Amino acid sequence: MTIAIIQFGGSNCDLDVLHVLEDVVGTDAELVWYKEHDLDKYEGAIIPGGFSYGDYLRAGAIASRTPIMDSIKKMADEGKPIMGICNGFQILTESGLLDGALTTNEYPKFRCEWTNLRVETNDSPFTSAFKKGEVIRIPIAHMEGNFYADEATLSKMEDNDLVAFRYVDSEGHVTEEVNPNGSQENIAGILSGNRNVMGLMPHPERASEEVLGSNDGIRMFKSMVEYISSR
Amino acid sequence: MQYRAEVTIERKSGMLDPEGTTIKRALEHLGYHTNDIKTSKRYIIDLEEESAELAETKVDEMCQKLIANPMIHNYTIDLREV
Repeated sequence: MTIAIIQFGGSNCDLDVLHVLEDVVGTDAELVWYKEHDLDKYEGAIIPGGFSYGDYLRAGAIASRTPIMDSIKKMADEGKPIMGICNGFQILTESGLLDGALTTNEYPKFRCEWTNLRVETNDSPFTSAFKKGEVIRIPIAHMEGNFYADEATLSKMEDNDLVAFRYVDSEGHVTEEVNPNGSQENIAGILSGNRNVMGLMPHPERASEEVLGSNDGIRMFKSMVEYISSR
Repeated sequence: MQYRAEVTIERKSGMLDPEGTTIKRALEHLGYHTNDIKTSKRYIIDLEEESAELAETKVDEMCQKLIANPMIHNYTIDLREV
């Protein structure tokens, strides 16, 4: 079982994800340059964070229109798990694999800090190792993480249990003060309708070892590996 | 025929415009009061097509597929022959 880590010009969290998958989780992973078309041999994919194409046009817009994204869509259609982190989340919304859009933070500043997240569902290939309602610590680092969707989309996401994580205080309460970017309903991560695609702004790969201050993120990767093994 | 299209991309109404809000605040520090400031992006696209209609269709496709995000943006196309 091998997980593909997709690299675009400007990806910069690719090696961190590779390190976590190989050295911490202990699974096989490969870096895949975006010019590769055939992803059939991979059982899952991660689109890491960074600034693909310098965030030109809109964050994630140009990467989302590259041919490799057709192969990612094919993987998603086959039920393989796809996770987009930060810029990867932006690429997934721009490609239409996930609903909504990520726009400039309400206070237009690059925010790099720890956040508390509440696990909203553990019914997904990425969150099965968590307890629903659990509060975890994962850092963010972005300027365009303000999640926006229209009312109809938001209620569809609510009805189908597609919100994966929300920004909360340490007690697990959703408040305006702890919303780092103005995201609607404090949304930090979401799932696709068929639940095998997830995007999130926080960086689980930066919180996968105790020495980094938290290892809560490791369970997202472990959930993914577990899901692949059970397919 | 040669055409020039000026495409203006704006956020849909009701959406936050953090850049506009920041500029509004900065202007207030300079003593200028404004009711609201909205930002937009403009793209100038030169292209060759057989007719204005065809050129407009092409530019509209470009907006739908890449330049705008229909989820959050409205756009206008101003086309002229050059």
